[in-house]
Amino acid sequence: MSAAAEATVLITHDVGLHARPSVKFTKLAKTFAADVEIALAANGPWFDAKSIVKVMAAKAPKGTVLHIRASGSGADDAVRALIDLVQRDFDEDAGHVRSA
Amino acid sequence: MRIEGVPASAGYAEGPLFDLDRPPVVYAGKATATEEKTSLETAIGMAVSRLTAMAEAADSDAAGILEFHIAMLEDDALSGPAFASIASGRTADVAWREALDAEIAGYEASDQDYFRARATDLRDIRDQVLRALTEDVDSTAPTGAILCGEDIAPTRFLETDWSHGGGIALKAGSTASHVAMLARSRGVPMVVGLRETLASLAGMALLDAEHGSIVLAPSPAEIGAFRQLSSSFAARQGMAQRFLARPAVTKAGTAVRVQVNIADPSDVDGIDIATCDGVGLMRTEFLFGKNLPDEETQYRAYRKVLEWAGDKPVTIRTVDAGGDKPVPGFTVEEGNPFLGLRGIRLSLARLDIFRVQIRALLRAAPHGNLRVMFPMIAMADEYVSAAALFAEEQAALAARGVALKMPPLGIMVEVPSVAIAPEAFAGVAFFSIGSNDLTQYVMAAARDNAAVAHLNSVRHPAVLRLIGSVTAFGQENGIPVSLCGDAGGDPAAIPSLLEAGLRDLSVAPAQLAMAKAAISHVSV
Repeated sequence: MSAAAEATVLITHDVGLHARPSVKFTKLAKTFAADVEIALAANGPWFDAKSIVKVMAAKAPKGTVLHIRASGSGADDAVRALIDLVQRDFDEDAGHVRSA
Repeated sequence: MRIEGVPASAGYAEGPLFDLDRPPVVYAGKATATEEKTSLETAIGMAVSRLTAMAEAADSDAAGILEFHIAMLEDDALSGPAFASIASGRTADVAWREALDAEIAGYEASDQDYFRARATDLRDIRDQVLRALTEDVDSTAPTGAILCGEDIAPTRFLETDWSHGGGIALKAGSTASHVAMLARSRGVPMVVGLRETLASLAGMALLDAEHGSIVLAPSPAEIGAFRQLSSSFAARQGMAQRFLARPAVTKAGTAVRVQVNIADPSDVDGIDIATCDGVGLMRTEFLFGKNLPDEETQYRAYRKVLEWAGDKPVTIRTVDAGGDKPVPGFTVEEGNPFLGLRGIRLSLARLDIFRVQIRALLRAAPHGNLRVMFPMIAMADEYVSAAALFAEEQAALAARGVALKMPPLGIMVEVPSVAIAPEAFAGVAFFSIGSNDLTQYVMAAARDNAAVAHLNSVRHPAVLRLIGSVTAFGQENGIPVSLCGDAGGDPAAIPSLLEAGLRDLSVAPAQLAMAKAAISHVSV
């Protein structure tokens, strides 16, 4: 268990980290005690990954390299789980493309 | 603080005030920032639980959208700016709107289509909470409340559950308004013509609808005195109840028939038929409340009352819409509706609607002792036309083999022309004096106008003289005459009515006992 962790992941979901994916993303982030943040660049700005309002405000479309960092209890697990969720395309049906 | 008014339906009510005139879509600002904060928290909570319920019933795509809305609403980052703005003195609605509008502007400025489209979601989220904020938690009055306001709509009265007490206190209004009649028939305490606006509509109040006053923020002494009056009234009512089961007889031994006035078929549920001599007036306007009733609905309503009454007479009045009783899709907007297209005038102008009622009445007639009367008859031609329509529909139904019966057809005597020259109506089956309208037309004082309420007295010699001459004309020509206005149930008016020759009164069910008690004190 480390006090801090950071990693990056490519968003492949069609609409990016928006609406429904961000609901899943923030819900998962909230299951960890660690502080979790996201950014679209290594130098920020960083957004609270537990706030859907902030995650939406990051405006991360498809093809974005998402930076995820965590600090505190369970930081490693939090980053790993969130990276995994993005790589799984947020568990959404691959053939299911929603129109905006 | 005591405000005087005019008693419209006797009784006593003690309960919380409820503002009838609260604006339905305007947020009512609170006194403190703490209350504003609570107000916004509650509204967000309401919006979330509403969305949650919707999401449970939705398909997965819709549920996904709703879950996004819920997640946004539950995020303190969304409401944070609004709460900060409340802390600096904004009201909850303004604070929320400004905070969300700022958020929406951020989405609208996006260069990504998908992101821009989310502005619609944010607007939806904003409006969900605004709706919850302006929807007063208590837009329906708590049970036992005293409803206060400028005036009250009949539908509002009918929607309210009066079984646990409560009352009505109005600034305008009139003792002869339709709601006042309903209040008397249901025994709901009501005061009209309050001389001052109720400044504060919070807290408890005492409504004395026997003498006509309301006390706001009562002191313990006022509460004590009020409860004494209230229990004395209940005791007097209890005394009158002894008269309820007996036939009405004057001190001199003269028998008087006492029937009841009803509006809704369910009114008879609370009346023991043994306590009255039948239904002297069944109004049919309330069947025409929000939309026009079909033949079957009317037939069932009439049949229910006829079967309840058994062999006692039930006098049903054909629809008396217009005047103070507008019906959407039927009545017309008029500058002077009491003198306009109302009652039989409107029915004869809208035969499509009138014929439906006629058929329902003809079909219901075999189920009891039905009599039918026409309201607002001014000329004999109107009666002749209406009777001819009954004959036409009778023939048409009979040709189809439908069971029916032609009831005796009578008229309301409420337009002065009929009361002054009743000889044109020697052929009708009966007269029923509508004292409310007769009085307002003779005195030229609109019955829904509190400013001229003092003129609206059935005991004015001009009105009593007309009642006396109509009654005498009926006796000479073998035409039964009854009276179905409010005066019939008014203990103060009953002696004059009996002295004018009437022996047949129809009263609100709640006044049956008091009316019989009053009759027993008259020496005619």
